[in-house]
Amino acid sequence: MAATQTPAAERRQVHPTLAVLERQLHLYRRLWQASVFSSFVMPVLFLLSFGIGVGGYVGELGGVDYLAWIVPGVLASVAFQMSVGESTYGVLGDFKWIRGYQAMQATPVRVRDMVGGWLAYMLLRVLIASVVFLGVAALFGALHSPWALATPLVCGLLGLAVCAPTTAFAATIDHDSYFALLFRFVVVPSTLFAGVFFPVEQLPDVVRPLAYLSPLWHGVELCRAATLGTAPGWPALAHLGYLVLWALLGSAWAVAAFGRRLRK
Amino acid sequence: MPTPLSASPAAEPLIRARGLVKRFGDFTAVDGIDVEVAPGEAFGFLGPNGAGKSSTMRMIGCVSSPTAGELSILGMDPVRDGARIRARLGVCPQQDNLDVDLTVRENLTTYARYFGLSRREARRRADELLEFVQLADRADSKVEPLSGGMKRRLTIARAMVNEPDLVLLDEPTTGLDPQARHLLWERLFRLKQRGATLVLTTHYMDEAEQLCDRLVVMDGGRIAAEGSPRSLIETYSSPEVVEARFGDAEPAEYAEKLAGIGDRVEALPDRVLVYAADGDAAVAAIHARGLAPSTTLVRRSSLEDVFLHLTGRTLVD
Repeated sequence: MAATQTPAAERRQVHPTLAVLERQLHLYRRLWQASVFSSFVMPVLFLLSFGIGVGGYVGELGGVDYLAWIVPGVLASVAFQMSVGESTYGVLGDFKWIRGYQAMQATPVRVRDMVGGWLAYMLLRVLIASVVFLGVAALFGALHSPWALATPLVCGLLGLAVCAPTTAFAATIDHDSYFALLFRFVVVPSTLFAGVFFPVEQLPDVVRPLAYLSPLWHGVELCRAATLGTAPGWPALAHLGYLVLWALLGSAWAVAAFGRRLRK
Repeated sequence: MPTPLSASPAAEPLIRARGLVKRFGDFTAVDGIDVEVAPGEAFGFLGPNGAGKSSTMRMIGCVSSPTAGELSILGMDPVRDGARIRARLGVCPQQDNLDVDLTVRENLTTYARYFGLSRREARRRADELLEFVQLADRADSKVEPLSGGMKRRLTIARAMVNEPDLVLLDEPTTGLDPQARHLLWERLFRLKQRGATLVLTTHYMDEAEQLCDRLVVMDGGRIAAEGSPRSLIETYSSPEVVEARFGDAEPAEYAEKLAGIGDRVEALPDRVLVYAADGDAAVAAIHARGLAPSTTLVRRSSLEDVFLHLTGRTLVD
């Protein structure tokens, strides 16, 4: 209690961003079995239904069987939905009900540590889910190129690109009914029309640019190029750059939104 | 390391505010207050809801910036050195924000990590603090089923995890039953004895009297009076108070009939207060005027009376 002790920052054993990540992992430990199980079961069901069921009618697409064609799309869309889904109630709840961010605010943890710790946690979650999915897809013989090993990284980047702005959005709103709008007008259309189940070239010219706007399409293109060993629709760097841009702008928005909310 | 309770007046104050102002739009929550808190002191902000106590606490806790005026915490500027100051503060917020899905112990260890403590040190302090707040037997229980008093004690333990130089307690016992409050006061008193500097807000006069060496009475964002509980009572009230209730008419009518008895007569909605040096003599004087209150109670003056005198209103409504 002496007023002359060493400032805590000088004997810090863990960075505050990491401490925030640790808290999330502590919370996750209570439900990780259920979560990993569902990230295993969901892709199996998806692949059985779409790949083998629908694929039986569709036959080949782009020179490969339909299963091999949609595997990378479903992989990317799992990362996409997970990143949006977890960052809605997960973030709003920590402001509104648990008040975990208000608790952190009273400590040396800064707003950028809160956002950074949360994004790092979501990145880990997406990476784990992608690796599990990739394993299942390999069992179905749906991977045609060793580049498939790079898809978890693509999914991680896609995850950050959508997690960051969703986190910012969740920190901005006061009522969870906005999430229904987010799902209805952003998540569901993205999943349906961003090249997951059929090529965006099928879309009328007027709406196709909307698919290009969605980060999901860029993730799908990169994943598909990787698992099939083909070239993506645009240069790979353009796809990656677009996702990085979303991640950076989203993070900046999230830091601003957290700061605004906590100053209230 | 205990700091002597009789901190010398020359000691650098831990908190120094000069003309501190906080505005939210057109609303002025804190309207130019001067405050100094010395090391080892237990200092209180007493006032009703909306007096500006919590806004002041949030500025001291470096989570809200002053609109105007000077503020220095631990000799640093809260706007520039916020994170460094917060590293040395312990904060017990008005509204619980424990991690309800973590265990009691995990709440302390994860919080300790925010301050950069090693895992081992976090664990050691958690166990020690759980002993201190008498929750050691609940260490592995979840937070959700704990009683309100237990949650408050856990929050106070959490505020101590970084061995703070300054502990901020915002309405620490609001909403607790009397038994839980007394247990909490007893723990806070121990903390004070160990040399911690406590700053608390409260709208309970008994809490302020129990815990504070010195306090300010706040009303409408301003400081109405400052001093020790005793000196405030001596300055702004009489030693004793008679609370008289009359069954048959409005207290205000009786207040007129009682004028002249004691130092001062105050009518509340349900009773009349007569401030006097000698309460029993005042009761006798009431009866001598031929008035027959249904009940009379003679008690010592409290901070409630100080507040009533200063503002014309009661603290808790």
